[in-house]
Amino acid sequence: MNQPSRRNPFGESEEAAKARRQRSLAMALGLVGFVILVFVVSLLKLSGGHAG
Amino acid sequence: MSDAAMSAKARPAAAPASAGDYFSLLKPRVMSLVVFTALTGLVCAGRPLHPALAAIAILCIAVGAGAAGALNMAWDSDIDALMRRTRGRPVPAGRISRGDAAFFGGALSLFAVMLMGLALNWLAAGLLAFTILFYAVVYTIWLKRLTPQNIVIGGLAGALPPVVGWAAASGTAPLDAWLLCAIIFIWTPPHFWALSLYTSGDYAKAGVPMMPVVKGAKSTRLQILVYSLILAPLGFAPVFTGLGGVLYGAVSAGGGAAFVLLALRLFRSRAGDADGAGEGVLYDPKAEARPARDLFAVSILYLFALFAALLVEHGLRSVA
Repeated sequence: MNQPSRRNPFGESEEAAKARRQRSLAMALGLVGFVILVFVVSLLKLSGGHAG
Repeated sequence: MSDAAMSAKARPAAAPASAGDYFSLLKPRVMSLVVFTALTGLVCAGRPLHPALAAIAILCIAVGAGAAGALNMAWDSDIDALMRRTRGRPVPAGRISRGDAAFFGGALSLFAVMLMGLALNWLAAGLLAFTILFYAVVYTIWLKRLTPQNIVIGGLAGALPPVVGWAAASGTAPLDAWLLCAIIFIWTPPHFWALSLYTSGDYAKAGVPMMPVVKGAKSTRLQILVYSLILAPLGFAPVFTGLGGVLYGAVSAGGGAAFVLLALRLFRSRAGDADGAGEGVLYDPKAEARPARDLFAVSILYLFALFAALLVEHGLRSVA
């Protein structure tokens, strides 16, 4: 176990802290992607949504 | 100290779960075949659809299929731990808990179905929800440990993506869409049983009643041949409904003939005959399994070629 710090607030092992940061980043990207998707769907729905 | 705490202490500490572990819960290789067949259904529907909406439909189907895979891994972690092929998965390896895997699968299922409904239509969303529930509940929880017909009936979940793709594009599910579903449905048993003929030891150890474990290798080889004889003409049927053209006709005729010939070769072989191992040097289990391995490999190529031919024909038609 490490001492809690700003980068590692739970005092986890280096490996566990790195995995947690990775998961947090993936979740953040997933949420941003979801917001963009909903935005794009709203625009397409408002404009008819069909090509051609 | 409780039993759970003691066993947790006795077990070596698993590495912490990475984002990649969560991704592997989605069974990316299975997902790629689902995406390919769904895309074919979507293109064959022949309705103009905004490319962004088409991409969202495919994303929803991919995420829905992945979510079903995560729910499957959450439920089956006990038997996955007993099989060589699956014991490295994140849940049996202890990197992700069953609860976390189930929550992940459930949340992604909701996300995929809701987005499909809101962005495309509710027929496609309903079919996607049915597909996920069928795989997670009917196949994984109910049939897999109950009957050797598990993958026959459960195969419907893997067969539905082209119908979901078709419905996403057109809001309908006509006969041609169900014909694609029927082809995958009939293709599934010979495909999986060919694999299980040379991995049945693992299934037996885990107590999964796969066909070779319950009925024996000879009966399995016969059933593979019967399904192949149904599959070859069924694979050609889209030519008669107008769904498939000349390219598709050539691919399905050639592929179907190769499939049946390999199934016949497998039927005449001794692949999966475990009792043959006691007959000395004349029997080599690895060499005997070759017809099963060949059929398994060709079955993947066959399905890929059929759907690729449709994709090319309908893709060219929509460009022209």
